[in-house]
Amino acid sequence: MQLDPLVLAAIAVMAVATYATRIFGGWLVRRATISGRLAGALEAVPGAVLIAIIAPKVFATGPAESLAAVITVLLALRLPLIAAVSGGCLAVVALRMVLG
Amino acid sequence: MKTQTAKPHRRHVRWLRGADGGDFMAGLIAIAPLLIPAAVFGLLLGSLGAQKGLSPLEMAVMSATVFAGASQLVAVEIWTSPPAIALLGLTALTVNLRHVLMGATIVPSLTGWSRGQVYGGLFFLADEIWALALKRSGEAALTPSYYAGLFLIFYLCWVASTTLGAIFGGLLEDPQRYGLDFAFTAVFLTLLVGMWKGRRSLPPWLAAALAAVAAYFLLPGVWYIALGGIAGAVAGALQGPAQGPNRAPEPGALKPGPSMPGPSKPGPGEADSAA
Repeated sequence: MQLDPLVLAAIAVMAVATYATRIFGGWLVRRATISGRLAGALEAVPGAVLIAIIAPKVFATGPAESLAAVITVLLALRLPLIAAVSGGCLAVVALRMVLG
Repeated sequence: MKTQTAKPHRRHVRWLRGADGGDFMAGLIAIAPLLIPAAVFGLLLGSLGAQKGLSPLEMAVMSATVFAGASQLVAVEIWTSPPAIALLGLTALTVNLRHVLMGATIVPSLTGWSRGQVYGGLFFLADEIWALALKRSGEAALTPSYYAGLFLIFYLCWVASTTLGAIFGGLLEDPQRYGLDFAFTAVFLTLLVGMWKGRRSLPPWLAAALAAVAAYFLLPGVWYIALGGIAGAVAGALQGPAQGPNRAPEPGALKPGPSMPGPSKPGPGEADSAA
């Protein structure tokens, strides 16, 4: 079983960064009020980051990926995660065959 | 009517002695429905990690120390060999920024907790744990035992399922043939569906998408993620906090309910979530 030192270092940095976000809110709330623009920005960040990650794949890869993304969203409105994800993956395979 | 009805879970846990034994079981019962979705997500994440060259042991260490589904998924997506350590740290920080807001809402409810319990407990503040802990704090005292009931099995389930996913996912050859290269995108889209808060989600999401696509073509590497996130944050700041039913929490307003930010239903998306 392999445990690369660089991988371990990367995981440690991720762990510290994540823990920092989890304790920082409690620290902050004792000293300042999260409101106004800061609250608006914080609220927008998670969705924006997820969008940013998938944007190139969804909007700039090809019609098969864009259409499969639409199908995934439609499935996700009704079905649990695993069904929407499997459906999206099947859709992309089928669309790539059809659209080349 | 017996007074027992106030705490129906007591019936199931007579074998547990001690003042907080019932609280622990109540927490366990509350989290139980989320164990299977989390395990499915964990298996998926583990197999995607294996495709990027992460060993099962490395996957286990990551899940045990980071314990945040969405940021682990992002990390695996941008994973390179050797890993880009600074970028991974920055990305984890950005994806998990919502925890700042979550921590700010839950910490005032941890009354009577020791310093060690607070800082130990916050390590486990995944999205699902947060949502259920906040719900509890509106109904009864949020004790360390209840909180432990929430996270203990959930945590073990998360570490075990991602490890198993890495073991068996590594056996899958040619993932593209099964559309598995699209799985990341599909998972994120599913998480986003759960995060949609109506029209006020549109400006930040549009800003993020535009900035990310532009940066994707103009800049090397995966900086499009950070830039998209920043563009979304700026749009959110210009927009200001939610009003009315989607009002952002403030220290004084800790009543849980559908008005809370983040996923309104604890979804399988994030053992952390996303979401």
